[in-house]
Amino acid sequence: MSFTLKYILQRVGMFFLTVWLGATVIFIIPRLAPGDPVAAMITQLQSQAGRVENSAEMIAAWRARFGLDDPMPIQYLRFLWNSLRFELGYSLRFFPTTVEELIARNMPWTIRLLVVATFVSVLGGNAIGALMGWRHTPKLVQNLLPLALTFSSVPPFMMALGLIYVFAFGLDWFPVSQGIGRGLGTDWQWTWEYVKSAIHHAVLPMLAIFVTGMGGWALGMRGMMITTEGEDYMILAQAKGLRPGRVFWRYGVRNAILPQFTAVALSMGWIVSGQILVEHMFAYPGMGTLLNVGIMNGDYTLIQGVSFILIMATALAVLLVDLIYPLLDPRITYQRS
Amino acid sequence: MAMTTAEGRPAARRAAGISLWDYPWLNPKLLIGATIVVLIILMGFLGRFVWDITLAQAASSPLNLPPFWVQDSIPAGDPAHPLGTDNMGRDMLALIITGLPSSLRVGFIAAGVGMFVGVVLGFTSGFLGGWVDNVIRTVTDAALTIPQLLVLVTLAAYIRPTVTVMALLLAAFAWRGPTRLIRAQALSMRERGYVRMARLSASSTLSIILVEMMPNLLPYLAASLAGNISGNILAATGLELLGLGPTRVPTLGMTIYYSIRASAVLRGMWWWWGFPILALVVIFTSFFLMAIGLDEIANPRLRQLQVKEE
Repeated sequence: MSFTLKYILQRVGMFFLTVWLGATVIFIIPRLAPGDPVAAMITQLQSQAGRVENSAEMIAAWRARFGLDDPMPIQYLRFLWNSLRFELGYSLRFFPTTVEELIARNMPWTIRLLVVATFVSVLGGNAIGALMGWRHTPKLVQNLLPLALTFSSVPPFMMALGLIYVFAFGLDWFPVSQGIGRGLGTDWQWTWEYVKSAIHHAVLPMLAIFVTGMGGWALGMRGMMITTEGEDYMILAQAKGLRPGRVFWRYGVRNAILPQFTAVALSMGWIVSGQILVEHMFAYPGMGTLLNVGIMNGDYTLIQGVSFILIMATALAVLLVDLIYPLLDPRITYQRS
Repeated sequence: MAMTTAEGRPAARRAAGISLWDYPWLNPKLLIGATIVVLIILMGFLGRFVWDITLAQAASSPLNLPPFWVQDSIPAGDPAHPLGTDNMGRDMLALIITGLPSSLRVGFIAAGVGMFVGVVLGFTSGFLGGWVDNVIRTVTDAALTIPQLLVLVTLAAYIRPTVTVMALLLAAFAWRGPTRLIRAQALSMRERGYVRMARLSASSTLSIILVEMMPNLLPYLAASLAGNISGNILAATGLELLGLGPTRVPTLGMTIYYSIRASAVLRGMWWWWGFPILALVVIFTSFFLMAIGLDEIANPRLRQLQVKEE
């Protein structure tokens, strides 16, 4: 078997292992907890409708409907199978609506914010780090750059609170919450007015993620850049009289950045956790807010569904990074594990 | 050379102008950080004698008072409630005094349990190698990519946690980092001369790990523990911000949660969230200082003693 194929299979295996681990924990814990999910659902319905007739019969009917009378292993396998087909069940709060419909509505907002914010912070952080680690960067720039990292040890949600207080409440430059202006609806439209409003709303959440996320990348890149600068090929490149820009990009950054890709894959879980809280702070119409709706209403199927999909999405992002990596660094697929 | 790393016997040290304070474990960053943490712990025991902590109960104080120095608002600040009160009539100072130690406790328990599991798994994996190593490494890597907040939310939604239960929930994820770190260290240490020597003299695996390797890893473990404590306090705060924290005892995260639920930001009630955040910042900073200090102890290259050349 070629190493490339082996590598791909290994990574795909990791993806399924991650999703399986996550799904299993989500499945087991609620069943260890005292109480019965169906009874909880009925209580939930009662708290909304005031009184539910024949609640005992309803519990029995629902138990049969959800297969809760089956043996545990059967339930478990069914849960895994349904989850993989994205059948996440009905939302308790918005009953006729299924969880997957709710997620389909909010997921694009999260993905847009996540992709842009992560991209910008990884790119910006690495650029700053590379310049900080590069000996030939002008002294003035080298002294100014660390200023950009002032907020890098602040948790994103704290940054979000601070930004809301200063730029939304104090200066009133940006909206306090929501992802889009009133009356525009959450279905994406390619009109100037809609896009403008969406960007206007996204600036502060983006900033909260960007300003706090950059520092980690910058420090990692700075270290790698300093190590790379000591390599023989760097000295040779300079001795050959190559232009500094070429040495910086083609010889320095290109080699120093490789471990950063692995770092992106490893920190994906943290990035997603951070963003969930930032979305919650801004009531941004993404998964974080959906999760909060689930929590506020005791909507267990919704919470479970959102968690599962996000675990899966994170694992998928990691898989993508892992699969792109050998294209950037061919040594990976040659080495024996 | 202006900077040299100083080593040697006491007499030689004195001659080189090195004082007692250059002893590695007396690192100023570590000391400052540790002092603040000890003060916070003491506050948990002694705070009740300094300030009336029953004021942390709802409806024990007037509502919505600003801090005492804000005099141009209605109602004006009252020195009886120096940091103001919230919309449930709870005194902010009492909330901080009771919240700070319980937030710290969550961090200590979660990181402690996580560290213990990490040490066991990391050493097993790194020292034994083979298929055991493969299994532990693969599962750790897979678990690392799971966003812990999401799983914790699912768990906390079912089990309304107390402070201790929440700490144990967090511990279910706190072993991943330490396992990875210790495995890497154990792998590199396994081949060192003194470990080989111990193996040649037929020491048991357990004694090699405990007697030969552990003492060398101590600063690493301590630095990692300090980092993990603040990491777990942060994770706990995340959970609490979603309203899933303990409801009986005030913690810093729950105080911020209630303030956000009462739209404190939009009402300009900055002291509702400002003081708990400030308290969290103090915790994070002190553990950050400790972690850096311990890191300098573990990596002597970071510790550049400034020795004057005369």
